[in-house]
Amino acid sequence: MAKIITYTQAIREAQDIEMARDSRVFICGEDVGVYGTAFGQTVGLMAKYGPMRVLDTPLSETAITSLGVGAAAVGLRPIVVHDFMDFMGVCMDEVLNQASKLAWMVGGQTRLSMVIRTQAGAGINAAAQHSQSLESFFTHMPGMKVVASSNPADMKGLLESAIRDDNPVIVLENKTLLGMEGEVPEGEYLVPIGKANIAREGSDVTIVSYGMMVNRCLAAAETLAAEGIRAEVIDLRSLVPLDKDAIFESIAKTNRLLIAHEAIGFSGYGAEIAALVAEEALDYLDAPIKRVTAPFTHCPFSPPLENAFVPNEDKIIQAVKTLM
Amino acid sequence: MKSLKDENREEMLELLRMMVRIRAFEEKAARLFLDGKLIGFLHLYSGEEAVATGVCACLREDDYITSTHRGHGHCLAKGADINRMMAELYGKATGYSKDKGGSMHIADISKGIIGANGIVGAGIPIAVGAGFAQKYRETDGVAVTFFGDGASNRGTFHEALNMSAALNLPVIFICENNQFGMSTPFAYHSKNKTISQRAAAYDIPGVTVDGNDPIAVRDAAAIAVARARTGEGPTLIECLTWRHYGHFVGDSAPYKKPEDQTIWREKDPIPNFEKRLMKEGVANAAEIDKIQAETEEEIQAAVEFAEESPYPEIDVMFEDLDFSPADRKE
Repeated sequence: MAKIITYTQAIREAQDIEMARDSRVFICGEDVGVYGTAFGQTVGLMAKYGPMRVLDTPLSETAITSLGVGAAAVGLRPIVVHDFMDFMGVCMDEVLNQASKLAWMVGGQTRLSMVIRTQAGAGINAAAQHSQSLESFFTHMPGMKVVASSNPADMKGLLESAIRDDNPVIVLENKTLLGMEGEVPEGEYLVPIGKANIAREGSDVTIVSYGMMVNRCLAAAETLAAEGIRAEVIDLRSLVPLDKDAIFESIAKTNRLLIAHEAIGFSGYGAEIAALVAEEALDYLDAPIKRVTAPFTHCPFSPPLENAFVPNEDKIIQAVKTLM
Repeated sequence: MKSLKDENREEMLELLRMMVRIRAFEEKAARLFLDGKLIGFLHLYSGEEAVATGVCACLREDDYITSTHRGHGHCLAKGADINRMMAELYGKATGYSKDKGGSMHIADISKGIIGANGIVGAGIPIAVGAGFAQKYRETDGVAVTFFGDGASNRGTFHEALNMSAALNLPVIFICENNQFGMSTPFAYHSKNKTISQRAAAYDIPGVTVDGNDPIAVRDAAAIAVARARTGEGPTLIECLTWRHYGHFVGDSAPYKKPEDQTIWREKDPIPNFEKRLMKEGVANAAEIDKIQAETEEEIQAAVEFAEESPYPEIDVMFEDLDFSPADRKE
């Protein structure tokens, strides 16, 4: 059974289901309780589960994240909420030196099952400190899983899997997708972490993407199909661990690779994919690897500037054509 | 100084034994380091033993602590195994973390030791999480965090005090004020006369005690622990003390005035407590000597255990990580 709900509702539902099935799961963060967060992902959960399990905290990113680390180290399963990924610079030590390392540093005496839910991405004129896609900060940390969803169903399934995972997982939400509707399975629903989804099959070029940008890639693929170019679109869903096989199998068929993401290209996540393919699967390719990313500057406020900053369907189409 | 006449004799001897054990562990570690047998960074707790000993005397196994880079004393006082600790310092496979951690990362989760920490001030808010877990589970357990005067100027300290006060969590903040943040005197980096006065800003109790007197520390901790166990929230305790050595082994501490060294060496918690036990008739010299001798044997056994233990296999560095970033599944 499935029903049509929004991305935001999918996030809320995943938390609701997991909190109902495991009393160790709790949510903590600014405005998560009474208010239900500014975007509504936790609306009604405090009323249902009480103030300890949906914990409104002071505005203290560092202590909120550490509260999660300390509680997880002794066996609870926190969902730490940082509304905007940009704010995670404030608690970087807690992610980098505590959460990602603790289980390893103590020789596996404990596990650190902890989710950090946060919103990435530009597109709502929120300017340079509320629009970043900083995933490559976190994909560089051993011990940390990172997932991103392009649609409501995956959002629900990835978040439920993340909550059940015994490792710290950063779950990226995309703020431009919050209102996106889609068919979502009812009840418990798990999307395995580390398994990419072939969002569209094709034989001429592989486009690898994740998060919001997948939807632009799909739109571009539709336009390209009308011109006779059959693009395969891979939605990674999980950045760490990466489903390398899905990429290699696809390029073995298409012999062409485009990587598209919202984050800045230089030292971005796409560089890792390009490097892995160059090292291990270059023979599959008949054309250079191409990336479509944000440019190396800060996300601007003014609508024409922001529109130029975030990669769009046209840029993806043009990039694909250079590979053909 | 408080009379010991109403104290339990066995408890007094245990306090002494723990302080002696910590000191012996640290002095041995320093010698081994200077002999080239230990590697890495070694931050010694010598001189501050009364703090960990007095506080942990009030704790149960199901209470949690978070510790610091100068954490050997906290771990021993909370019940960590001395052999495994020594092995950890040696980089041997029998250490607490299979020896991926070393001196600054000793933890024994089964004893409630969530870990030493190489980042100054990072353990403070982690204890808030552990204290939250106690409250969440509706236990009467508490969480204690040890940290130094230097760490009290980090944002983590202030966020943790405010959050634990606002959420009324069973957290006890133990500031070991050894008067230097590495080389800088506390008076230089704060206008506060005491660290405990900062408690008032968060509307929780704050007290400064003689950190070289295990009884004074224990009594202050006992009040704080009782408050926390009965849902009355956090307390900040500042223990005024002195580290005998530099920030780490190899730091000669030229920033300490010789006259201050002399004054504080005279306040050494161990000989002073021994004198007090004898003067008040709690223990005689023979009993104290016996504790010293038994502790020496314990340390020697720990060194032998560590030296005879193997180094870890190389693959251990990949253990306790569930996943590789990009394995091929063929």
